[in-house]
Amino acid sequence: MNLLVCISKTPETTAKIDFVNDSKEFNTEGVQYIMNPYDEWYALVRAIELKEALGGTVTAINVGPAANDIIIRKALAIGADEAVRIDAEASSASFVAKQISAYASDKSFDIIFTGKESIDYNGSLVGSMLAEYLGLPFLSYVSKLDINDGKATVSCDIEGGVELMSLNPPFVLSAAKGLAEQRIPNMRGIMMAKRKPLNAVEAVEHNDSTRVVRYSMPPEKSGVKLVDPENMDELVRLLHEEAKVI
Amino acid sequence: MSVLVYVEAVDGKYKKTAYEACSYGFRLAQMNSANLVALTNADSQTASELASYGVKTVVCFQSEDLHDSAVLSSIIADAAAKYVANAVILTDDSRSKALLGRLAVKLDASAVSGASSLPESASEFQVSKSIFSSKAIGHYSLDSAKKVISVARNSVGIHENAADLSHEEFDASGYTSSIELIEVKRVKGTVPLPEAELVVSAGRGMKDPGNWGIVEELADTLGATTACSRPVSDSGWRPHHEHVGQTGIAIKPNLYIAIGISGAIQHLAGVNNSKTIVVINKDPEAPFFKAADYGVVGDLFDVVPRLSEAIKRQKNS
Ligand SMILES: Cc1cc2nc3c(=O)[nH]c(=O)nc-3n(C[C@H](O)[C@H](O)[C@H](O)COP(=O)(O)OP(=O)(O)OC[C@H]3O[C@@H](n4cnc5c(N)ncnc54)[C@H](O)[C@@H]3O)c2cc1C
Ligand SMILES: Nc1ncnc2c1ncn2[C@@H]1O[C@H](COP(=O)(O)O)[C@@H](O)[C@H]1O
Repeated sequence: MNLLVCISKTPETTAKIDFVNDSKEFNTEGVQYIMNPYDEWYALVRAIELKEALGGTVTAINVGPAANDIIIRKALAIGADEAVRIDAEASSASFVAKQISAYASDKSFDIIFTGKESIDYNGSLVGSMLAEYLGLPFLSYVSKLDINDGKATVSCDIEGGVELMSLNPPFVLSAAKGLAEQRIPNMRGIMMAKRKPLNAVEAVEHNDSTRVVRYSMPPEKSGVKLVDPENMDELVRLLHEEAKVI
Repeated sequence: MSVLVYVEAVDGKYKKTAYEACSYGFRLAQMNSANLVALTNADSQTASELASYGVKTVVCFQSEDLHDSAVLSSIIADAAAKYVANAVILTDDSRSKALLGRLAVKLDASAVSGASSLPESASEFQVSKSIFSSKAIGHYSLDSAKKVISVARNSVGIHENAADLSHEEFDASGYTSSIELIEVKRVKGTVPLPEAELVVSAGRGMKDPGNWGIVEELADTLGATTACSRPVSDSGWRPHHEHVGQTGIAIKPNLYIAIGISGAIQHLAGVNNSKTIVVINKDPEAPFFKAADYGVVGDLFDVVPRLSEAIKRQKNS
């Protein structure tokens, strides 16, 4: 199968989040970056598993500057065969989706994988935009994917359950927990990754119509009120009378 | 001109989020001197309920293919064209996650998922949204003439505005799906975690999956849904769908009770939008206490059963 996995770069999960330039810019100073966990743990690994079982190629794709190559190499070390970086700042979901669709439109990928969301902007938009640009079916929050005789059976997470569906490739999906188990790259993978192709391609024209103009921090908690562990009636009273949540 | 809100009835019933989306749509319609049109899969009797939340025109359609975002987004986009909508409003849930991006592309619209505020005015169209897994807020400017927005739950509230309702039908028979829906499996009985207002969650402090009885007892007593930290679900103590946090489900309940959870930053990221947080932990230095409203420093094996008893007493009084 010809598989494409969209990977994004996000701040590491413990990174300090603050802003500069009048709260108009994310402060990147000292921030460590990782591959977006949903892309790395679930989308990429399931794509590699399918390739191992059925044959084919896994291509990892990222829209971003050359500094992202280190993240892309990790995808190759985990087991992707080749990689593409579209050389531009990923300025919005529609920009990213537009770029990937332009690249993928003439390459007949069977399945295009995205993650459930990027853990920085939490948009959950790129996958469905990409599907629409390419005119393909889209399955969101996929927690199970099997291919039998070329046909896909898919479980999509919904509130309190799953929708079980079946369809023929090609299609686009977003990967959720359950789809695969995280793989740690080994030494051999890391060495091989150095020789795998990583091509940078030029971006196409696209205007952003949704922009972050400013950032702010959520209101701080006013401080914890400690309740005597012997006196749970008091906690219940506070939850009932003060917080009014029960 | 209109604002179109898409609201889905599940098993013939609307959820609270449907009324929140209508309330959001109504205030947006007011800003634009536009009408609020609701597109819905319900029958016209069920749909009549929407009149209380500012909906002027309710448009009912029938489709077996709601699971296919290609079909559903086409229906919504065609209805948006028919009713000359300059904004399409959705609830923020698994359904809209598949629809929003498609609609944005179809309508050439600006898009924000999980918006938690209304714009100040129709001309200065900015809305805020929780980002960096609720560690920050992004203020988004939507510059296209058209906008598609999903509304974060428990953020803008429900506002009742009774309107006279006119009923219309939308013929959705001409749309065909390439995805076969085999089965919908839903957990019966409890409120699904993403929708729960009361959540009781436990972590590694529980020591063993066999000890969860006291957590379930507390959840049952409150009518709450259970959740857990990531290592708990990763080691198979609890199912994946209970995992909350940055890489699990992000929740926004009224009450979150955390039992034997240290409060790692990735855990907090998924739960600190909860209105009230109660932390039960034997370690007074546990980081979770900094994010809590109420804290109990003590052994969970003593405290949790005592809390259940206290709630029962309060319910009986
Ligand atoms: C990339 C990444 C993503 C992650 N995503 C998530 C996520 O989405 N969600 C998540 O939860 N974690 C996530 N984690 C893991 C996170 O860093 C923590 O390891 C995890 O949340 C800890 O789980 P815990 O609090 O249950 O366990 P612990 O940290 O082991 O805490 C157990 C707590 O129980 C208390 N305790 C023990 N015994 C008792 C007792 N008898 N009575 C009362 N209290 C007791 C202890 O004092 C302690 O505070 C992620 C980590 C990484 C690196
Ligand atoms: N810059 C990017 N390059 C490649 N893929 C991306 C990029 N940004 C987002 N994606 C993909 O889109 C998914 C959803 O991202 P988002 O819509 O930003 O939440 C991610 O999990 C990635 O698979």
